[in-house]
Amino acid sequence: MKLTVWTYEGPPHVGAMRVATAMKGLHYVLHAPQGDTYADLLFTMIERRDHRPPVTYTTFQARDLGADTAGLFRTACQDAYDRFKPEAIIVGASCTAELIQDDPGGLAETMGLPVPVIALELPSYQRKEGFGADETFYQIVRALAGPMERSERVTCNILGGTALGFRHRDDIAEITNLLYELGIEVNVCAPLGATPTDITKMGRAHFNVLLYPETGEAAARHLETTCGQPYTRVVPIGTGATRAFIEEVRTLSGSTAPIDDQGLRQTWWTRSVDSIYLTGKRVFIFGDATHAMAMAKVARDEMGFEVAGLGCYNREFARPMRALAKEFELEPLITDDYLEVERAIEAAQPEMIMGTQMERHIGKRLGIPCAVISSPVHVQDFPARYSPVMGFEGANVLFDTLVHPLVMGLEEHLLHMFREDFEFNDAAGPSHHGGHAPKPVEKAPAPAAEPETAPAGEVVWLHDAERELKKIPFFVRGKARRNTETFAMGQGITEISVDTLYEAKAHYAR
Amino acid sequence: MTEHMPPPAQGCRNTPVLKERGQREVFCGLTGIIWLHRKMQDAFFLVVGSRTCAHLLQSAAGVMIFAEPRFATAILEESDLAGLNDAHAELDRTVSELLARRPDIRQLFLVGSCPSEVIKLDLGRAAERLTVEHAPRVRVLNYSGSGIETTFTEGEDACLASMVPVLPKTDARELLVVGALPDVVEDQMLALLDAMGIGPVRLLPARSIDANTAVGSNTKFALVQPFLGETHDALTRRGAAHIAAPFPFGDEGTTAWLRAVADAFDVSDATFAAVTDAPRARARKAIAQASDALTGKSVFFFPDSQLEIPLARFLARECGMLPVEVGSPYIRDALHGPDLDLLPEGPTISEGQDVDKQLDRCLAARPDLTVCGLGLANPLEAQGLSTKWAIELVFTPVHFYEQAGDLAALFARSLKRRAVLDRGASAVAAE
Repeated sequence: MKLTVWTYEGPPHVGAMRVATAMKGLHYVLHAPQGDTYADLLFTMIERRDHRPPVTYTTFQARDLGADTAGLFRTACQDAYDRFKPEAIIVGASCTAELIQDDPGGLAETMGLPVPVIALELPSYQRKEGFGADETFYQIVRALAGPMERSERVTCNILGGTALGFRHRDDIAEITNLLYELGIEVNVCAPLGATPTDITKMGRAHFNVLLYPETGEAAARHLETTCGQPYTRVVPIGTGATRAFIEEVRTLSGSTAPIDDQGLRQTWWTRSVDSIYLTGKRVFIFGDATHAMAMAKVARDEMGFEVAGLGCYNREFARPMRALAKEFELEPLITDDYLEVERAIEAAQPEMIMGTQMERHIGKRLGIPCAVISSPVHVQDFPARYSPVMGFEGANVLFDTLVHPLVMGLEEHLLHMFREDFEFNDAAGPSHHGGHAPKPVEKAPAPAAEPETAPAGEVVWLHDAERELKKIPFFVRGKARRNTETFAMGQGITEISVDTLYEAKAHYAR
Repeated sequence: MTEHMPPPAQGCRNTPVLKERGQREVFCGLTGIIWLHRKMQDAFFLVVGSRTCAHLLQSAAGVMIFAEPRFATAILEESDLAGLNDAHAELDRTVSELLARRPDIRQLFLVGSCPSEVIKLDLGRAAERLTVEHAPRVRVLNYSGSGIETTFTEGEDACLASMVPVLPKTDARELLVVGALPDVVEDQMLALLDAMGIGPVRLLPARSIDANTAVGSNTKFALVQPFLGETHDALTRRGAAHIAAPFPFGDEGTTAWLRAVADAFDVSDATFAAVTDAPRARARKAIAQASDALTGKSVFFFPDSQLEIPLARFLARECGMLPVEVGSPYIRDALHGPDLDLLPEGPTISEGQDVDKQLDRCLAARPDLTVCGLGLANPLEAQGLSTKWAIELVFTPVHFYEQAGDLAALFARSLKRRAVLDRGASAVAAE
């Protein structure tokens, strides 16, 4: 048993729902108890879909258990076919139905439905949502797609976009445009927007663009083996990765068409003087492996940040994550326990977190700004406006996303200059809504008997040093405290004086 | 004080109920934890279930999950399914870990889920064993919030029913009010009862384990929520007598509820009028202001919380709405009967659900307002229907006099918003 409050991923059948909801003309018959329909609202509320997910639940209850749950499944399956007339059906069990062992796949096959019936085996007590989506898409492709004559023009498939995917809608639009510029048409984009009939035509494409390895890699490998279609390995997040992706596509397609990058502003924005203050900002990155790894490169190579921590919650990608972390000289954090993530962030004391909805809240608790870069996300990260994270426009979006939570250069400079000012010292609160009225000054407490004990334990802050530390703006104070303590310990100093503080500052000066 | 309109000649109590079975678009009882843990401040709810259960609580609790909530899921893993003995040892370890981390916890509920019920993990026995182990600091109880056994608010019923057998015995003639209410509403209710000289009043659930909630053959109990069937039966088994009444929604419901309680405790008409006249007048005024948009509009209820029948009664009689269909997951005569008596004849009363067929009926009727869950709300809006999502009615203070206007406003807001946006759109089109 594992005690849990937050989960980064849902159960695997939610992954299957993400594939079914992404597609059209496909129906999912899910053997599940009453109540599992809660997952519908992820799609109708968080993603704001205007239709119900194409899922029929058997919603068995306790009184059905003694009787005929298998019969209930058959009825639900037949009703779903009669009502929705899908081009294909996927069937499977949720965690509870897995325990009662009715074998939805076997039951559905014997019903003689006139459309393909694809059985899913999703081990709910071992695997999670990402696996469920990847496996479901793979089974659909395996059942429906096969080798075909290549299309006359150079075309490709786009793989991995699903419902409830972080920015999938706009990423696919952005990459589709990019491919068109390269003279390449998209044959099928799947699962997002595809019908089962479209899936049967996937073999026509010359190669595959794998945008989301978490949800499309098994299908990409299968198509490589059975249809001889190579697939792209670079995920085009960030300017550098987008250029590398373009080169990869050129190699796969032979395209030499020029690319118009007039709209790319991120490279100039990061070079403009106001961005100089971003240099060396320490960031902690956590999310799904694909986004976390891509963002680590963006953070280091394009934003000039220092990556202070890196990790992912999906164990399936532990190996590439470890390899990349090694390149960054970091020990990667591979966990689905948010408490572990919180501890790692506390220890690293970053100036910014790039993470998921969970890290946003950890950041709020620790007082560290956060930018959301990966699922799981909440309703505000399914925006109405166009906001891809892939391609050149994606790079523009990322620049804004990563900079907004931070104090910008000029602002930071002014805060430094006026840190003793009665309006700008951090006790004065926010500078708008009348917040800058000076707070009533409390009688300075009698200086505590020196030396004052600091929370660090071994190293002790002398009173003057502690007071000097408080003059440093709050958003870098944590780092200053930590650096000074590390420096002191390294030097064998047990009492931190004002001098130690400034020696440490000089030591870490960049 | 003007009287209410007379009860309808017929009412709906004897209307044949459309009983349906099929796919149900409802929450399971685990969701009850989300409001119960706010009410019982020294209780922790430990669900023994799967990742699906944890994911459900996370989805239903929304941002609340980022506070330090007093609930969690012990997720069953492959190894727990292999042998049952192992599962009990695992549970003991998990509970010890939890109680060590949260020394403020006095009551621990082991909440059963579909997976734990299907593998027949004996949480009742585990609760007894753990009570002995952690006595006297912590009391451990067990109930099922599984989808196979409970629908949405029935989770609260199962929880409260699990507490009834362990309540202390009393011979005092006391009023016991049953059902979790927001604190502000509970305080208003207690003030009204106190002003009528009724007391002491005991509460179930109480805010802490140290409250003096007791039960015995002289106890009279009143329910403030319509979904407490099991708790009703458990209290009856302990000799307590139920005060049947409509539920305290709106002016009429609140007055009828208070009247039934007052009659049971021999309160004079003069006292009753002195206490209730002023808040009744306020409630009527507030309802009149909020319900303009509702008069003459049709309303369709999908089954969700068992609040549907009393709410339909309020909307029909006090806001002038016309119910088309009133769906409820379960209907019990002892609980829902008094409200059905007051609900004017006409609507289909349905129990249970076959969601596709019910959607067909709803789309054919094209009601002005549809009360439904979040899985159906946006899809129906996209088809041009106005909806009010039902779950809000369980979380928001809606009972008794002072909230009557807010209750009407909750329903009116959906219709007003559509009107505003339609007017805006046609203004743009006209330019």
